[in-house]
Amino acid sequence: MRHILTPLDFKTQELDALFDLAADIEANPQKYANACRGKKLATLFYEPSTRTRLSTETAMLNLGGSTMGFSDATSSSVSKGESVADTIRTVSCFADIAAIRHPKEGAAMVATQVSRIPIINCGDGGHQHPTQTLTDMFTIRSLMGRLNHMTIGLCGDLKFGRTVHSLIDAMSRYEGIRFVFISPKELRIPEYIFERLDEHDIQYDEFIKLEDVIGKLDILYMTRVQRERFFNEEDYVRLKDFYVLNKRIMRKAKNNMFVLHPLPRVNEISVEVDNDPRAAYFRQVQYGVYARMALILTLLGIHVNEDGTVTQTPVE
Amino acid sequence: MLNVGKIENGIVLDHIHAGRGMSIYHHLQLNKLECPVAIIKNARSNIMGKKDILKIETDAESINLDVIPFIDPDVTVNIIRNGELVMKKRIQLPKEIRNVIRCNNPRCITTIEQGIQHIFYLADTRSNIYRCRYCDEKYTEQETDW
Repeated sequence: MRHILTPLDFKTQELDALFDLAADIEANPQKYANACRGKKLATLFYEPSTRTRLSTETAMLNLGGSTMGFSDATSSSVSKGESVADTIRTVSCFADIAAIRHPKEGAAMVATQVSRIPIINCGDGGHQHPTQTLTDMFTIRSLMGRLNHMTIGLCGDLKFGRTVHSLIDAMSRYEGIRFVFISPKELRIPEYIFERLDEHDIQYDEFIKLEDVIGKLDILYMTRVQRERFFNEEDYVRLKDFYVLNKRIMRKAKNNMFVLHPLPRVNEISVEVDNDPRAAYFRQVQYGVYARMALILTLLGIHVNEDGTVTQTPVE
Repeated sequence: MLNVGKIENGIVLDHIHAGRGMSIYHHLQLNKLECPVAIIKNARSNIMGKKDILKIETDAESINLDVIPFIDPDVTVNIIRNGELVMKKRIQLPKEIRNVIRCNNPRCITTIEQGIQHIFYLADTRSNIYRCRYCDEKYTEQETDW
């Protein structure tokens, strides 16, 4: 049984294969239109999410499968006090694969301990969000043509931003990656990530002002300051508009830099940047569907042959 | 001078930093044992000034001592059989600790999920840092832990 809890659950060679598959899906969508016929995806979303849930469901629908589930905890047995483990034990009897999002960190790991079907972690609190990472990596690979030798700037909420943590973990494994962390002091990267980077001798810098460093970046990964991660509303209000990427700041960036964002965007990227060819955050959404399609096929062990016929092998 | 009798068969945990004896007592769940257990606090020590000592009169194999270096890496474990010291050792830090300590991160799933295993892994051997397997939060001991 194969699950995905963090991007590190896949070796870099496995990720290469997954991204090759995603690229083939992008080029030949019809070939994969019936790959998951008869398969069911359960989406277990304990907290609201439009984009990730719809993207994951779209991925399964594009593969000819079907979907079911709940989109917030109040409309499920969770509201009656059911544990994550019991919900997964039950859903294992209905579906072939499950995608779970939960506000508590480590919830997806609990799911994998009892599940009889592959589990996709679609976000566990402020901890990990591997399918977003696959989306981000496939976007970077598609735009840059590579995943190594580049400077990646991460800007905004680096403390609670799970997409940031996952992306750092995943990109740290490629040669010649340098990170630039841009955040207010209150939203710095957690200490454990610094420890990991130091342990592996990965280069990084820290900045507070985006203008001071944007000219050195190949990728700028913007993030939203998320209200739901704060216990204190006052802190949220003070920090939510700390960064606003606009045309003026973009003028200092390289011509071949790309701006990514896990979305939804609020004020941190001005709409005036949307038409800049370097603004790649809406293309990123489309790449996300291909990456999730490739992930579903990989976890289910489904291989699509050139003629569109399907073979399925158990995944260890 | 306080006298606590020698034990015939069992374990003596010596060189415990003064004040940590009770923490070890609780983490090893010695309160659940039926056998004699002596806790000596603030005993005089030539090397340490003051130290705590635990004496447990039971079969040495019946207690999992792995967690001890996590609480106090300087503890010496003495195994006594038939009144004789048969082994004196220090225990290596375990790579994983299960169901001994709990995660203090209020955002961790272990704070709400029933029947869950509480698992910590050794994240940094140089500074003896343990992290929760579920949320990666660093463990910091709190009074409420015991």
